[in-house]
Amino acid sequence: MDMNQYLDVFIDEAREHLQALNDHLLALEDDMANISIVQDMFRSAHTLKGMSATMGYEDLASLTHDMENVLDAIRHEQLQVDSDIVDILFQSVDALEAMIQSIIDGGDGKHDVSAIVERLTAAIAGDAQPADEPGSEEPAGQTSSGPEINQYERTVLQQSVESGFNAYHIRVELRAGCILKAARAYMVFELLEKSGDIIKSVPAAEQIEQEQFETSFELVYISNEDEEWIHDLILQVSEVEKAIVAKIPAETWSSATDESEAKKTEKKKKSSSASEKKKPEHPPRAQNTAKKRVGGKTIRVNIERLDTLMNLFSEMVIDRGRLQQIAAELNHPDLADTVEHMNRISGNLQDLILNMRMEPVEQVFNRFPRMVRGLAKDLNKRVDLEMSGAETELDRTVIDEIGDPLVHLLRNAVDHGIEHPEEREKQGKSATGKIRLTAFHSGNDVFIEIVDDGRGIDPDKILNKAIEKGLVNAEKAENFSKQDIYQLMFASGFSTSETVSDVSGRGVGLDVVANKIQSLGGAVSIQSDIGKGTKFSIQLPLTLSIIAAMLIQVGREKYAIPLSSIIETAIYKKEDIRFVHGQPMIDFRGKVVPLISLSEIFSIPTEKDDQTFSVVVIRKGDQLAGLVVDSFIGQQEIVLKPLGKYLSHVFGIGGATILGDGQVALIIDCNALVKS
Amino acid sequence: MFEQESVVEKVKVVVFRLKDEEYGVEVDQVKSIERMESITRVPNTPSFVKGVINLRGVVIPVINLRSRFQMEEEEYTDSTRIVIVHVNEMEVGLIVDAALDVLDVPLDAIEPPPEVVGGVEAAYLRGMAKLEDRLLVLLNLDRVLSPEELKQVEQMEINQ
Repeated sequence: MDMNQYLDVFIDEAREHLQALNDHLLALEDDMANISIVQDMFRSAHTLKGMSATMGYEDLASLTHDMENVLDAIRHEQLQVDSDIVDILFQSVDALEAMIQSIIDGGDGKHDVSAIVERLTAAIAGDAQPADEPGSEEPAGQTSSGPEINQYERTVLQQSVESGFNAYHIRVELRAGCILKAARAYMVFELLEKSGDIIKSVPAAEQIEQEQFETSFELVYISNEDEEWIHDLILQVSEVEKAIVAKIPAETWSSATDESEAKKTEKKKKSSSASEKKKPEHPPRAQNTAKKRVGGKTIRVNIERLDTLMNLFSEMVIDRGRLQQIAAELNHPDLADTVEHMNRISGNLQDLILNMRMEPVEQVFNRFPRMVRGLAKDLNKRVDLEMSGAETELDRTVIDEIGDPLVHLLRNAVDHGIEHPEEREKQGKSATGKIRLTAFHSGNDVFIEIVDDGRGIDPDKILNKAIEKGLVNAEKAENFSKQDIYQLMFASGFSTSETVSDVSGRGVGLDVVANKIQSLGGAVSIQSDIGKGTKFSIQLPLTLSIIAAMLIQVGREKYAIPLSSIIETAIYKKEDIRFVHGQPMIDFRGKVVPLISLSEIFSIPTEKDDQTFSVVVIRKGDQLAGLVVDSFIGQQEIVLKPLGKYLSHVFGIGGATILGDGQVALIIDCNALVKS
Repeated sequence: MFEQESVVEKVKVVVFRLKDEEYGVEVDQVKSIERMESITRVPNTPSFVKGVINLRGVVIPVINLRSRFQMEEEEYTDSTRIVIVHVNEMEVGLIVDAALDVLDVPLDAIEPPPEVVGGVEAAYLRGMAKLEDRLLVLLNLDRVLSPEELKQVEQMEINQ
């Protein structure tokens, strides 16, 4: 069978499971006694193993198998969780990630796992009796005449019967033509595990998953339900031909327990109590499956198709504008009605399409706890990462791109921001540093903030460095505000690796971060207090392709200003202008705001010379500016188009759009115009 | 017939007119030839960049080839055309006085360019093609449209 068509699905799911493993490991590290976390991890590892084996990734399967053994030992309380074990498990997950990555990159997913496997095996051997191993699902594969019950299983059986459960021998036969044997078997397992425990299966569970069985398999099962109930339960699964459920008489296994083994049995009593321990967890498990079913009503769509859909729709938006204009010119009531209706519908359609492309930033945030933990450990620091707003949604394109800049900023925060524990204590701070990662919506933008309570950034040092690097001359720098100075850190050429140690703080490649964010139509700003900490604030547009904009006119030219940058539009009188250092300013709600004449900076000829003038108040972060325009045309949804590679960097212009009449209008890049 | 089919390799070029000279660019690089249409000016660009046009939903920058080569600009006429070229993954429209025809130029008819032709520096030229009764100037579009050149010219104009 050609597996390639399943590769995408495999990768997606494998990633989900790895993420789950990561999350759970972090949780487990905090709460090592919590066996239910291990249960969840076991399930993820188990599924991953099955998937990998089906896809033929042997290394992946074998590593997950060993992880599963360790987890199994833990959940049966044969093994105590300690930081060593958590570390080994982390390493295993890292190795798994590397393998999945190799598969994504078109590799074969091969990876030398022997070292980790050894450690995993050693972990089990360290705590558990070697004789106990291999656990519940060992060599049973060869047995043909009913399941043979080994030492361990016998004890479990004994224990459960003592506590009022029944042991059953179940034989399930699938219909001869059954295509999805493994799936059917899995369904049987699922059902049974809801109301009891499968002690053993023949063939072993992993062989069943790989469809290495004919049409029947056998199980040893403990439950407090009766035979008939179980029988009916199994027959609920389609394509099950026959189910034979028989109680296992106590003699068959208890007689075998001879004196010599009594001692061992004693030892294992603790572990065998697992079956009871498991009992109270059944209700939550049932809930889990219910939840899964609700969430299961989705389909995976290739992102390229969504992109195409978006592009097609963009074309339509342009035609929509054109139609509106034609309808207005013709003044035909029926046409106007129809256009109006189409407008509304396409508006809804637009929301829907944009919505489909939205994904929570969670998937980007997810990997950060791991990363920060590792980094802090490497640097001998103690760092708490607090995340909030992970459910905030962003356009898929932005999600794909925003990961690297965030990693960069977080690394900087841990590396340069947070001090060593001793240093922190000396300053009267708690030994554990805190980094807060927050995402939230505000208007048409999404903000992501990274706040640390570290040593902060000294603007003087930054300035000196910048002057030294020749990025700015000393005289000019005298008038610089703190903000101006921090912005210097984003200048290319500021950050080279050697500046990192000198400058008390951030260094490496902040220009890369700024560039990336700007290319996404966003902006980044810094606030910092020496000794108290630093805040990086990233502002990102909700979506990249269709934006709401205000059309304005200067002279005979039309421009679009993104609504997200606009605070207000206003009309001022000539005498309202004040001059500060020759720079025209206006008073906007008690704030003195510089005026920027579009006709001047874009050298547009205009004869307008009235007593009043129109101003669009725009913002970049906290900074405001007033754009002087001739007139406001109105608000409109516009489709963002690039100016073309030839004109990739034009000052003050962020792109172009096509208006209803087919004309091109340029989109003003407010971030460039507002001097910070 | 037979003689013509022999080993002489040819290159197909689109021929257009600038001032009183004939220029050629390889046909592979030409996407289409458009009539003059309304151009949206883009501020803060060199003077030869006339702006952008909407070409069937795609925004394409347009430059005036006359002023690109420091010739004086003239009013657009009925014969003025925009030659849309595709170079280095860029699409750019070139405003020319007239688009004439498509010619086969034998490679052996192409000679290296002299220092300056009609004000166009040799760096922008691929060569000169001498055909029976006409002289073709073949353009090196990679150079004419290189972003570095654009920046340099921009800088020069700012300094002036």
